[in-house]
Amino acid sequence: MALELYLDLYSQPCRSVYIFAKQNKIPFDFKQVTLFDAQQYGEEFGKINPLRKVPALRDGDFCLAESVAILIYLAEKFQTPDYWYPAEVQQRARVNEYLSWQHSALRLHGSKVFWLRLMLPKALGIEVPQEKMDAALEDLNGSLTLIEEKFIQDKAFIAGDQISLADLVAIVEIMQPVGSGLDVFEGRPKLSAWRDRVQAAIGQELFDDAHRTILEAQDRVVPMEQSKLHMFKAKVIKFFM
Amino acid sequence: MATGPELEVYVDLLSQPCRAVHILLDCANIPHNLRTVALRRGENRTQEFARLNPMQKVPVLVDSGFVLTESDAILKYLATRHDVPDHWYPRQPQKRARVDEYTAWHHSNTRPHAAKVFILEVLIPAQTGSQVDEQRLIRALSQLNETLDKLESMFLRRRSFLCGDDITVADLLAVCELMQPLGGGRDVLQDHPQLQRWRSRVQTAVGEAFDRAHAILCAVRERHKAKL
Repeated sequence: MALELYLDLYSQPCRSVYIFAKQNKIPFDFKQVTLFDAQQYGEEFGKINPLRKVPALRDGDFCLAESVAILIYLAEKFQTPDYWYPAEVQQRARVNEYLSWQHSALRLHGSKVFWLRLMLPKALGIEVPQEKMDAALEDLNGSLTLIEEKFIQDKAFIAGDQISLADLVAIVEIMQPVGSGLDVFEGRPKLSAWRDRVQAAIGQELFDDAHRTILEAQDRVVPMEQSKLHMFKAKVIKFFM
Repeated sequence: MATGPELEVYVDLLSQPCRAVHILLDCANIPHNLRTVALRRGENRTQEFARLNPMQKVPVLVDSGFVLTESDAILKYLATRHDVPDHWYPRQPQKRARVDEYTAWHHSNTRPHAAKVFILEVLIPAQTGSQVDEQRLIRALSQLNETLDKLESMFLRRRSFLCGDDITVADLLAVCELMQPLGGGRDVLQDHPQLQRWRSRVQTAVGEAFDRAHAILCAVRERHKAKL
């Protein structure tokens, strides 16, 4: 049975897994799980990942959730080039350091900005108070500044001269608020230059392919159907507001 | 010339991730110099510490000049660099993936939800002199309970430890977070017997290192009790 990856390219961690698998020519079956159609709540998917999140991986009998774990597992299983997740213990620690930090920083803040700017008003019909929006933007800016000053610094990439899982996980998260129409790169030449290097290392075509869905979000997002709205509205308000 | 361990570890044992690192160092007998950074006295905000870690957080590891933050990364670095028993961070890819899966999930679930209870019940009142915000606390407890249900049904299931039959760094991260609300006298596992049994197994597996790491938290609990 081929490796299965359960993905929705609206989701940042799905994009990092997708890009990594494609870039390294890892053969897999793409299993679409459309989040806005609540497909993650389906019975079949519940057997793959009872946490009902994407991405998820199935390799024979082995199922795995969490993009960071999936990326590391794929890197090891398919013996991808060392720079993605260096074997040298200190370089690897540098990558792990970023992968750990980002959960409660860029991932959290980038997601929040995307939801507050686009999903809450447009899909869920919820008005977002200005001070909540401002606070979310401030948090996002804080994360972006830390990425520039602590993680990239004067290097080409987060772990050094070459791209790694850290850069891949970072770029897909940064693209999420971009999908809500916010140009996060404006006024950030260091971040822009790093982004260009990351895109070149991944390959522009693959990068664009992975990001097509999120970059069309503003045009595609429509008010959610009433029947699905109830599943999301309360949770979203609790989480984001 | 005096030589000591080349490894320095900066911790505040009131901090959950610091305790997880401390327990591994202790259990695996990794030679190191422990440097305390008292967060409540602002020792993380000194220029000297900020030079070491601009994010002004603990724990921080310094290994002959190599500076590393993030307990997740530090635990995995220590497990790899030193001759620790394989079970802490197994080399076998599927077993390792299970640990990586938990440590990732931990950041957005166990850690924030357990920490919030302690912050609302102990830290904020201590820092501001205000009463506990009961509404926020009720919401935080409800959210933590949901997370504990997931911890039990998705990770622990019928196994001895979170990632399988042996203790791993994942169990250290989780248990230290779940101990934190005890600083305010609250045992968040009291309605979760399966998790209580897991906690006991972790304590047994870790031995005295568990008590050594938690001595300061226990002292906070005693002071908190005395105030009430």
